[in-house]
Amino acid sequence: MTVTRAITTAPRGASGGLHPPRRPMTARRFARKYLIGIIAILVSIIVFLVPFIFILLQAAKDPKDAGLMGFDLPTTWQFWQNLVAVIQNNSYQVLAAFINSFILTIASVAIMVVFSAMCGYLLHRRRTRLNPLVNFLVLAGLIVPPAVVPTIWVLQGVGMFDTLPGMILIEATLGLPFSILLFRAFVATIPRELDEAAIIDGAGPMRLFFRVILPLLRPVVVTVVVVQAVAVFNDFTGPLYFLPSSANPTVQLTLYNFQSQSVSQYNLLFMNILLITIPPLIMYIFFNRQIVAGMTSGAVKG
Amino acid sequence: MTTASVTIDPAAPTRTPRRSKSDRRGIRSPYPSWFYIPAGVLYLIFFAIPTFSSFYFALTRWTLFSQTFIGFGNFVQFFQTPALTQGFVNTFIYGFVTSAAKVVIGLALALLLTGATFGRGYLRAVVFFPVLVSTVGVGLTFKALLNPFHGVVNQVLGFFHLPQPGWYTDPHLALLTVAGVDIWKGVGIATLIFMAGIVAIPSEYFEAARVDGAGSWNVFRNITLPLARPAMATVIILSLIGRLRSFDLIWAMTNGGPGFSSDVIASVIYKQYQAGFFGLSTAGNVILFLVVTAIMLPVQWFLNRREAEL
Repeated sequence: MTVTRAITTAPRGASGGLHPPRRPMTARRFARKYLIGIIAILVSIIVFLVPFIFILLQAAKDPKDAGLMGFDLPTTWQFWQNLVAVIQNNSYQVLAAFINSFILTIASVAIMVVFSAMCGYLLHRRRTRLNPLVNFLVLAGLIVPPAVVPTIWVLQGVGMFDTLPGMILIEATLGLPFSILLFRAFVATIPRELDEAAIIDGAGPMRLFFRVILPLLRPVVVTVVVVQAVAVFNDFTGPLYFLPSSANPTVQLTLYNFQSQSVSQYNLLFMNILLITIPPLIMYIFFNRQIVAGMTSGAVKG
Repeated sequence: MTTASVTIDPAAPTRTPRRSKSDRRGIRSPYPSWFYIPAGVLYLIFFAIPTFSSFYFALTRWTLFSQTFIGFGNFVQFFQTPALTQGFVNTFIYGFVTSAAKVVIGLALALLLTGATFGRGYLRAVVFFPVLVSTVGVGLTFKALLNPFHGVVNQVLGFFHLPQPGWYTDPHLALLTVAGVDIWKGVGIATLIFMAGIVAIPSEYFEAARVDGAGSWNVFRNITLPLARPAMATVIILSLIGRLRSFDLIWAMTNGGPGFSSDVIASVIYKQYQAGFFGLSTAGNVILFLVVTAIMLPVQWFLNRREAEL
């Protein structure tokens, strides 16, 4: 985690990252620094920014204009009308979908954080014969693709197929292994002396974990929350299988259904894509560092 | 482990006789095993039981309410239907093409972004952002951009009098088109992982190599590349795990078409499930499990072995 912090806060410009420029700025070094940078920026605008600008432009066009799919300014700007139309479409289905997706994300991530923090903590602190087994199960959970129809069969067995609680538990389960790995690595950095001090002061296991350890895990809790929230919010396959009916739409499914229903309304489709991109964008702006830390963990330790 | 922690060893309470409640609390392990239970119950019910039962249901003709045991019939059918076999082959192509491209492009971008390049912060943000965007949204956007008739990409190609391929409507290109969009969306994470790996290399190594007169290529070949190996292992493993099992991008762009040219095992599983062939769908799941294990075990072994040698 310290390493990723080094990337995000590395001094830019003057000291220039890895190789401090001790040699004078020759023409070649100047070209290297600025020319390559400028070429990279131009390429990145074409490759990475054009698709997003295209979404914005399409979202502001009228239906006929958007149907042409050109990369040009809208003939009539109707950004606001499109926004209202998307929200009102299909009796406010998009609003319902956003509420469902938020409930799904918040509930499943909350379960994931508490349960996997307990596991990761125990996995590091208590060495028993169970440890190899638990480690194996965590790895298996990461690698093995979930069996779809048998999961539906289990969900029906407990009466939770096609319900939001069922979907929440599935998302929480599928996110557990990765979260446990993150927590286990982080618990190793908390000194055992703290546990011992708390125990001597008379704290039981529950108090030790929830009042002493969990607050200290805050950095990695934020990382897990952000990374898993984005993953759950963007999950398409899960709701497609386990929450299929239109009674409980999630945003990804609404987008997909929208596309198959109305071929003629490209402007509304892209307005919908734009709306769905906003929550991850907000997460990225505020939690850039934690997202990077979570996604690159494991790159260094070997 | 310090000596202090021995006094709170979990084995302690078994040796001590029963005492008053307050006394026992002090000696009982502060790390109770039931902390595994909440996660364990979820894992058992929603992951382990479905996974294990899939091995049985794959051998049945199944409607969720009744099942008839038919042996390996589903597997025979899977490998005798050309449409399904195509999905099997495509899974390998899709997994390897995307992983290989992410390693190469990700490493190149990471070298660019860890060097003293102008505009690094902007570049890093822009390359990484697609990772966070909805896969379905990305798929639909590129479907419009790559539209064979009105799409921006073909309009530009036409302007320069270059050939205008059908992209996702061409059976020979469809899978590679989707793979290309997947690379676009996923290369940011590979770049970040490589950056973390490269930044972690002690700068003394680079300085020593420079003093010995090594050029840029030599530094890259003999220092950066071998020492960034853990990062490369992470990129390959993460990318393979993700790509072998997912079909959301394929579903958003082509629905597995045209024909079956861009189907993978994961989309075959969904199609058979939709059609009501639950046994066949589960057999697809078992095949996917075997494919993933057959690929991941050697890959993991190979990457870890090379790491240990260093």
